[in-house]
Amino acid sequence: MGWLFAPAALLFVAFLAIPLAALAWRALNSGELSNNLTSSLVIDSLRLSAVTSTITLAIAIMVGTPLAYVLARYRFPGKAFVDLLIDLPIVLPPTVAGVALLVALGRRGIVGEYLDQWGLTIGFTTTAVVLAQLFVSAPFYIRTVKAGIEAVEPVYEGVAWTLGASPLRAFFRITLPLAWPSIVAGAILCWARALSELGATLIFAGNFEGRTQTMPLAIISAFDSGASIDVPIALSVILVLAAAVLLLLLRVVAGRARFAV
Amino acid sequence: MNQTATTWRFGLVVIATSIAAIAVACGSNTNSRTTPVPATAATPMSASLAGKITVFAAASLTDAFKQIAVDFEAANPATSVEFNFGGSPALVAQLDQGATADVLATADQKNMRAALDKGLVRDAGVPFAKNRLVIIVPKSNPAAIASAMDLVKTGVKLVLAQQGVPVGDYARQSIAKLGADAGYGAAFSRKVLANVVSEEPNVKAVVTKVQLGEADAGIAYVTDVTAGVAGDVTMLPIDDQFNVIATYPIAITRHAGKRDVAQAFIDFVLSDTGQGVLKRYGFISVN
Repeated sequence: MGWLFAPAALLFVAFLAIPLAALAWRALNSGELSNNLTSSLVIDSLRLSAVTSTITLAIAIMVGTPLAYVLARYRFPGKAFVDLLIDLPIVLPPTVAGVALLVALGRRGIVGEYLDQWGLTIGFTTTAVVLAQLFVSAPFYIRTVKAGIEAVEPVYEGVAWTLGASPLRAFFRITLPLAWPSIVAGAILCWARALSELGATLIFAGNFEGRTQTMPLAIISAFDSGASIDVPIALSVILVLAAAVLLLLLRVVAGRARFAV
Repeated sequence: MNQTATTWRFGLVVIATSIAAIAVACGSNTNSRTTPVPATAATPMSASLAGKITVFAAASLTDAFKQIAVDFEAANPATSVEFNFGGSPALVAQLDQGATADVLATADQKNMRAALDKGLVRDAGVPFAKNRLVIIVPKSNPAAIASAMDLVKTGVKLVLAQQGVPVGDYARQSIAKLGADAGYGAAFSRKVLANVVSEEPNVKAVVTKVQLGEADAGIAYVTDVTAGVAGDVTMLPIDDQFNVIATYPIAITRHAGKRDVAQAFIDFVLSDTGQGVLKRYGFISVN
C-alpha cells in the first residue's frame, strides 16, 4: 500500500512545504530582513497584533468558559440553535463576519446607530479589531472547552457537592483542573485564529497604522503599496514563526493531556 | 480479497474525481461577466483577430472597461477579454511575481514606469484617459462637510486610499496644494491628515466606506461616483488649482500571448468608440 500512496503523499507535502520554504529563502536572501523587522510598519503592527489578540483571548476565556460549561452540562430549549450559532463563524468566510459586524455595529447598523447617538462609534477603532477577532476566533475556544468539560464525568462534581463543596468551588477545584488541557488547547487555537484574522478586520475596522493595522493587514498594505516585496515577506515570516510556535505548544499540551488521562 | 476490491474501488474514485476536476478546470475559462449588451452596433473590425486576452486594469476603470470589452468583443466576435481589477501597485506586484496578462492599464505614470523598469511591459504606454479628484460624503453628511475647508474639523472621519495607490498619492498631493494656499492656513494639511481613520487598499474600498456611512468623507475619482453609488453619496468638487489630474497609461505586457488582440484592444480604447465610453463614465478624453 505504502508504495502506491507515497507519490501522492510526497506531492502534497511538497505543495505545503515549498511555499513556506520559498518565503524563508527570500527573506534570508533579501538582506533587508533586519531593516524590515525594525521598520515602524512591522513594529506597530506586531505590537497591535499582540495586544488585540491577547485581549480577544482574555474575553474569550472569561465569557466563553461559562458558556462552554452551560452547553456541556445542561439541556435547554434552543440549545441546538446556540450550538449552530457557535459553529457558524468557524465555517463562514471572515469577510461575511466583517459585513455582518458592519451592518450590526457600524454607524448605520441596527445597534451601532443607537451607540452612535450616545457618542460611541466602534468603526475604525482598536475596539473594532478586537470585536472582529472575537467573532471569528472565540468559537474555536468554546468548541474545544465544551468537548473538554463533556469528557469530565459529572459524577465527580456530584461527589464534591455531597462532601459540602459549593457548585462554584466544585467547578474550580474539580472540573477546571480535569478539563485544563482542553482549555489550553482551545486558548491556543483561539489565539492563533485571532492573530491571523484579516477579512473581518479590513471591512469592519479599516486599515490604519498603529490603530487597526494588525500584521495580516500590514502584509496586504505592504503588498498593495508597490514598495519592495521584501516587506510583506518579512512580515509573513514572522507570522509563520509565531504560528509554528503556537502549534508546537499545542502539541506539547495535547501530549500531556494523553499522559494525564 | 475484500481489501483488493476496496483498493480498486478507491482507485476508480480517484481517477473519476481527477477527470471531473480536469473537465471543470477546462470548462471554467469563460468569464462570467454580467455587463450590459453592446452599446454600439457590431461592425467586425478584423475577421482574423481571435483569442482571449487578460487585461490588468486599475480599480477605477472597472465599469468603463467592462463596457469597452463588451463593445470590443461585439466588434471582434472571435475574441474575449478577461479582467483583473485592483490597485495599480498590486497589479504591478502581481505581474512581477509572474501573473500572466496581455495588457496593463494603470491609474498613474509612476506605476507604469515601475512596471517598465522591472521589464514587465514593452514601453511606457500611451495615455488614454484622464480623471480628477472629488471629495465624497455620505448623503446624510453626518459631519456637515460643505467644502474641502471642513475637512480640518476635529473628529471628521476621513478615509483615503493608502500611499502608493495612485488615488491615495493624488489625494495627499491635493491636500498639500490646499495647505499651501493662504486661504486654508498652514496647519491645514497636518490637521486633515490627522483626521484620516483608514488607508484603504484601493479606491473602490474608499467609496464603499463612505457609501456605508462609516466614514464622514473620502477622496476618490469623479468616475467612482457611478450610477449605483450616486444615490448614497454627495460630491463636493475640488477646484482645478488644487485638484490633481490623473493620467492613465495603457501598455502591452512583455510576455503577452496574443499581441495582435492586445494591440487591437488598446487601439479600441483609443478609438472614438472607446473614448466615448470612457467619457460616458466620467473620464476626461485624451483626444
